[in-house]
Amino acid sequence: MDQSQSLSSQTGRTRPQWMQASLNIVTYLARKPTSAFGLVVLALLILVALTAPILAPHSPYAQDLQNTLQPPSMGHLFGTDELGRDIFSRLVYGARITLTIIFLVTIVVGPIGLFVGTVAGYFGGRVDMILMRITDIFLSFPSLILSLAFVAALGPSLNNAIIAISLTAWPPIARLARAETMTFRSADYIAAARLQGASPARIIWRSIVPMCLPSVLIRLTLNMATVILTAAGLGFLGLGAQPPMPEWGAMIATGRRYMIDSWWLVTFPGLAILCVSLAFNLLGDGLRDALDPKQMNRR
Amino acid sequence: MKPVVIQDMTIRFGGTTVLNDVSLSVASGECFGLVGESGSGKSTILRCASMLYKGWTGDVLIGGQSVRSMDPMERCRVLQMVFQDPYGSLHPRHSVRTVLAEPLRIHGIGEQEARMRQALIDVGLPVEFLDRYPHQLSGGQRQRVAIARALILEPDVLFLDEPTSALDVSVQAEILNLLQRLRDEKGFTYLMVSHDLAVIDHMCDRFAVMKTGDIVEVLPRDAILDGTAKAPYAQELIGASLTYEQAAM
Repeated sequence: MDQSQSLSSQTGRTRPQWMQASLNIVTYLARKPTSAFGLVVLALLILVALTAPILAPHSPYAQDLQNTLQPPSMGHLFGTDELGRDIFSRLVYGARITLTIIFLVTIVVGPIGLFVGTVAGYFGGRVDMILMRITDIFLSFPSLILSLAFVAALGPSLNNAIIAISLTAWPPIARLARAETMTFRSADYIAAARLQGASPARIIWRSIVPMCLPSVLIRLTLNMATVILTAAGLGFLGLGAQPPMPEWGAMIATGRRYMIDSWWLVTFPGLAILCVSLAFNLLGDGLRDALDPKQMNRR
Repeated sequence: MKPVVIQDMTIRFGGTTVLNDVSLSVASGECFGLVGESGSGKSTILRCASMLYKGWTGDVLIGGQSVRSMDPMERCRVLQMVFQDPYGSLHPRHSVRTVLAEPLRIHGIGEQEARMRQALIDVGLPVEFLDRYPHQLSGGQRQRVAIARALILEPDVLFLDEPTSALDVSVQAEILNLLQRLRDEKGFTYLMVSHDLAVIDHMCDRFAVMKTGDIVEVLPRDAILDGTAKAPYAQELIGASLTYEQAAM
């Protein structure tokens, strides 16, 4: 009976604390206009991506060669492109591609950066030197050039673009995680964990990773803007998403030829990229304040 | 109940010799103090003997067994340490439950819930504190949790690295009484670092005076008041501490 009582008290207390913490962060973000903007745009982006088939009035691939390059009107909210496809529908479906890129890149980059950084920082010495020199090699190339080289080698496609962006985006995360780890490494609670017989892997996973997570999370959020821009850049150069995929960067690339007469071809995808990357930047800034250790004391 | 013997412990950091052939022995069930000014190597002895520092020479025997040849997991169950600063020795994002459950999980010990409760009762904290986080506890409560963490593996030897110096005077007395009660109940061997002779007087049977990595003199507790210390540095230290206390009164 004791056991069940304690179990219920455990779930009864730790759950709300977690929820309370995330709720506090969200309310903190919502209170400031800049991060609130980021939050709203991000929520909108996710909503649009989820409900794309309902929101989009036309198929993003449906060509209508009799209605090419139509200016914005009631029938086509953002006009049509050179093949008569509805730009609004393409933008809506493009949100899915953008979200996929962000999601996959983050999922790849976060764990790799965290792993390399914490291992290098915790062990120090030769392990640190080898891992950090590898990181330096990746850091010493301009990221867009490196992604270009990777995509050129692997062949242009959306998946390869995601791999290429991931390859160039992890080193800053690793650096950050290493710097954070080195400040905690000699803390007494790490020494206590070692005296309890915890293995290095256990110490890194249970003690160090939770301490590094907030700053890595902030950095990842700030990185997302760069990821979107790099993805759009690769799309623009024809090395990312391939036509007829409605990727925003690729839309700008094809619209560029008609830019002088038909401004809507490049303006709307451009605005979408601007809004989303700005939103992620502002959200990252807000998160930095919200996850500040001084703020953590409030929960 | 195991005796601790330190033989010829020497450690260098870079060019400076921090400990120079330190030898001492602590009888089982004894409380042995280490006093000295800052940087005299008191805490370093504890950190070397618990194998937190690796690059030292000499040997430490606990119950006749060398800490070097001991299996690391077994060593954890023989020897535990309580750190100076309870604000730095508890992981800020681990609840008391996690702090106490980790060692049990690592060593595969069953009946976790009962053991955690017992550990909290032993250090005089209510069982409900299991679900608290360190920032919800006061300094004294945190140090009690740190002591509970050291107790939960049921070691024979406890290293105390200035366990009260980061706490208020009134809380200091509570923690010291707690440590003394635990020694009476469970028969721990204590090796305790402190720069406060009043604490040593309260807790320890014997103590060693240290200066720049050497043990100057090993004295019984009574030497603090009756002035039987022979080494000039020990006399000086005890004298300074006594005048300080008189001035404070």
